[in-house]
Amino acid sequence: MKLTEKEIEIVELLEKNARLPMDTIAKMVSLSISEVEQIIKKLEEAKVIVQYATIVDWRKVDGHEGVTAMIDVKVTPKRGVGFDEVAERIYRFPEVKSVYLMSGAYDLSVVIEGRSMSEIAHFVSEKLSTLDSVISTTTHFILKKYKHDGTVFEQGDQDRRIVVAP
Amino acid sequence: MQKTKSYVSDTVSRMKPSGIRRFFDLAASMEGVISLGVGEPDFVTPWGVREACILSLEQGYTSYTANAGLLELRKEISDYLVRRFRVSYDPTDELIVTVGASQALDISLRAILNPGDEVIVVEPSFVSYAPLVSLAGGVPIPIQTSGTHQFKLQPGQIEQVVTPKTKALIICSPNNPTGTVLNAEELAQIARIVAKYDLLVISDEIYAELCYDEQYTSFPAITHMRERTILINGFSKGFAMTGWRLGFIAAPKNLATAMLKIHQYTMMCAPTMAQYAAIEALRNGADDVEQMKKSYRQRRNFFVQSLNELGLSCHMPGGAFYAFPSIQSTGMTSEQFAERLLLEEKVAVVPGNVFGASGEGYIRCSYASSLEQLQEAIRRMKRFVERL
Repeated sequence: MKLTEKEIEIVELLEKNARLPMDTIAKMVSLSISEVEQIIKKLEEAKVIVQYATIVDWRKVDGHEGVTAMIDVKVTPKRGVGFDEVAERIYRFPEVKSVYLMSGAYDLSVVIEGRSMSEIAHFVSEKLSTLDSVISTTTHFILKKYKHDGTVFEQGDQDRRIVVAP
Repeated sequence: MQKTKSYVSDTVSRMKPSGIRRFFDLAASMEGVISLGVGEPDFVTPWGVREACILSLEQGYTSYTANAGLLELRKEISDYLVRRFRVSYDPTDELIVTVGASQALDISLRAILNPGDEVIVVEPSFVSYAPLVSLAGGVPIPIQTSGTHQFKLQPGQIEQVVTPKTKALIICSPNNPTGTVLNAEELAQIARIVAKYDLLVISDEIYAELCYDEQYTSFPAITHMRERTILINGFSKGFAMTGWRLGFIAAPKNLATAMLKIHQYTMMCAPTMAQYAAIEALRNGADDVEQMKKSYRQRRNFFVQSLNELGLSCHMPGGAFYAFPSIQSTGMTSEQFAERLLLEEKVAVVPGNVFGASGEGYIRCSYASSLEQLQEAIRRMKRFVERL
């Protein structure tokens, strides 16, 4: 699907801040509000805009700090369906946040979130490694999130500029 | 014996302190102020550029450079000027790396002016032009451009003020404070008058990277103008490098040689670590500049349209990051408006008269602030204007 320059600008603005008011977007890209609404509707229908989500720093919520792990998975691809079938079997689990097919030393990269390390250990040993096509898994626990999907979590972004300058 | 003299020279005694200063002091003493008075990008210098500077320090590149700047940097500047602006200068003897565009202006004027020579300054203008002309022994001759022409210099205006003593004309496009851009046709008209009266042009192109709606035209790219132009540019605005203090001059050899004499005695050379950073900026900074430019353009569109909606009429500025709306509908002077807006709604803007007589009735608002800040500033300004 080929997008115009303005359509791309709108998507980029929403990608940074999905709650930007329509009239602000309209002004920023020099279109009318209804034109912007039409474009967004079109992009939603075409699934270019898939979903509007919120980046949450769960570490700040007591009892919900959670644990995230990235698991490198080696699998045996199946004739006819390649990696797709096993990937689907993995991403159907709700605790799995993302699944990517990778080049290099392993095949699938699985990101999983759980309440505790033991919960994730349970998932790996009971659900993931017991799948027929899975040959091996290597689990890496995330210790701290500095930047996620382009957003820096702790930002000391005060304006250091002098108040009035020529 | 008691001290009886002030020791300060007559030239400096006669200089007026910058009108911006008073507002700075007032705004700085208040809490919760949204400042639209800032004349610099809200971006931090791109990380790749900062990293190149750190690397140069790690490697111990801390000595002086050649007076004109690192040859490696001058070669990059030369390539950049051809690539971006289609003007060609020899890196060996036509380019000087300076301590910001401000120093470039200073040595340009000192290199060309004899006592009493006149320099035409197109107002509203950057606050330094006239004082720098005076310091160099010249006489600044203002031309007042008008809001009805979007503050574009009309060629006929030059002819009205030109005298046998007129040596040079300073132009700035995109302009601080109006954001106005002069296109190729308008520059060509100015060029004809410049040639007719045998003037030199100091073209301050510090905002050239931030030109939003059309292809930018550099003044020396106009036919026959290269030989009578001192081109000034730098890294502050386009590359978000204000604090690095790094600019450059491109000029024909005889002029560059004259300026280099002053530069070598007063400055020796521009800061070495900043020069290494600038090499990286020119080699790999184009994508960063493009991203920043896009963001400014979106904020400009939002801010200028919002100003017009709340009743402060404002032309769409083609470049820089300033909106220059008229406040004449309020019946206030620029200073009254700016002072009351600051005290009552805590929004700092710069009164237009600071930039010259024709700036009266206008205010300068920088839109190089986050979108959230601009949205809040518009809310406050709307409240303020509606209350009047």
